[in-house]
Amino acid sequence: MARILGGITTSHIPAVGNAIANELFDDPYWKPFFDASPPIHGWLADAKPDVVINIYNDHGLGFFLDKMPTFAIGAAHEYRNEDEGWGIPQLPPFPGDAELSWHIIEGMVADEFDITSCQELAVDHGFTVPMQLFWPKLGEDPNFPRAIPISANTVQHPIPTLHRALHFGKSLRKAILSWPRDIQVVVLGTGGLSHQLDGQRAGFINTEFDKYCMEKIVSDPDELTRISRMELVEKAGAQGTEFLMWMMMRGALGERVNLLTKNYHVPISNTGAGTMLLECTE
Amino acid sequence: MDLAEFDHHAGIPGTTIFDGRQAMKGYALNKMCYSFNSKENRDEYLRDPEVYFDKFRLNEQQKQACRDKNVLALIEAGGNIYYLAKFAGIYRMSVQDVGAQQTGMTTEEFKQKLLDAGR
Repeated sequence: MARILGGITTSHIPAVGNAIANELFDDPYWKPFFDASPPIHGWLADAKPDVVINIYNDHGLGFFLDKMPTFAIGAAHEYRNEDEGWGIPQLPPFPGDAELSWHIIEGMVADEFDITSCQELAVDHGFTVPMQLFWPKLGEDPNFPRAIPISANTVQHPIPTLHRALHFGKSLRKAILSWPRDIQVVVLGTGGLSHQLDGQRAGFINTEFDKYCMEKIVSDPDELTRISRMELVEKAGAQGTEFLMWMMMRGALGERVNLLTKNYHVPISNTGAGTMLLECTE
Repeated sequence: MDLAEFDHHAGIPGTTIFDGRQAMKGYALNKMCYSFNSKENRDEYLRDPEVYFDKFRLNEQQKQACRDKNVLALIEAGGNIYYLAKFAGIYRMSVQDVGAQQTGMTTEEFKQKLLDAGR
């Protein structure tokens, strides 16, 4: 039977991709952020997951406003990174697990989550930066897992509620655990934390709220579901709504988790950057 | 569920909620910005921006905001920041340059504001 080993959260800022490309790991600006990675590398080297479910939000590469899925799941044999408009170096394709994708889609739709399935999906920095962070050798790593991208809409309101996001994760968990093959799965929740790129409030960061979210997502994610979407925009910034991805991940980890590592650093680019490793207990 | 009001999203200072209303207003502008994912399209735009504006049927407000590279005006014209980032990228404006312009600071001042948030 499939098992979910744990979850990892991280911000997925494009500048991180550039910093990795330029190997700025010991640069004074970047070191406090990259210092979060080694314990996670160690855990992954022991855990050797077969599959990573990468929950991120597309930023205008895979989807446009002509058709904007609220929840989309990749169902491809591989996923390609493409030019997002800045001509940054592109990465080799990421192998998928299309059969497991369809199993998840079947399970979640039966569970009354209405999923958009994607047999082709270009993946942007929201997906690739966390993969680079946690598997720095990517496909050259013999333990590089197969990936399934899941994207939730945070580009255009109405976005899903935090309550819906947590329940999405719970439904995802049921679908994964019902997969009959013996595989080990980790779930990434990427994006956030507080930041705002647009408007006169650009540059808004709320460390107090970020720390509250990082505490409650471990011990009491249900409390976070009381935060309304407009309250989330107000407290986390317009793009801080990416915290929805963390809630989706958290739902997939079961009731109780062990916090193994936690790092918070401000700023990375315009953002409060949070990294956490949560281990499942069930 | 209370959905009687059309405008669900007012009231956060300095923040435009990109909702259906903005999505309708900015569709042409955002569609043009989405096209900038392709280098071929970025090159075509740079050869003659005015021709490219008309190809995507931008209105005069949107064209002027693009000519001025004025981010607040682009948002006012319906632009979505995720797509506008691709427009800004053509002119090599970083997210800190974009933030500085919108808040009336220099980029160095804006970067300092971000550093101060971490103290």
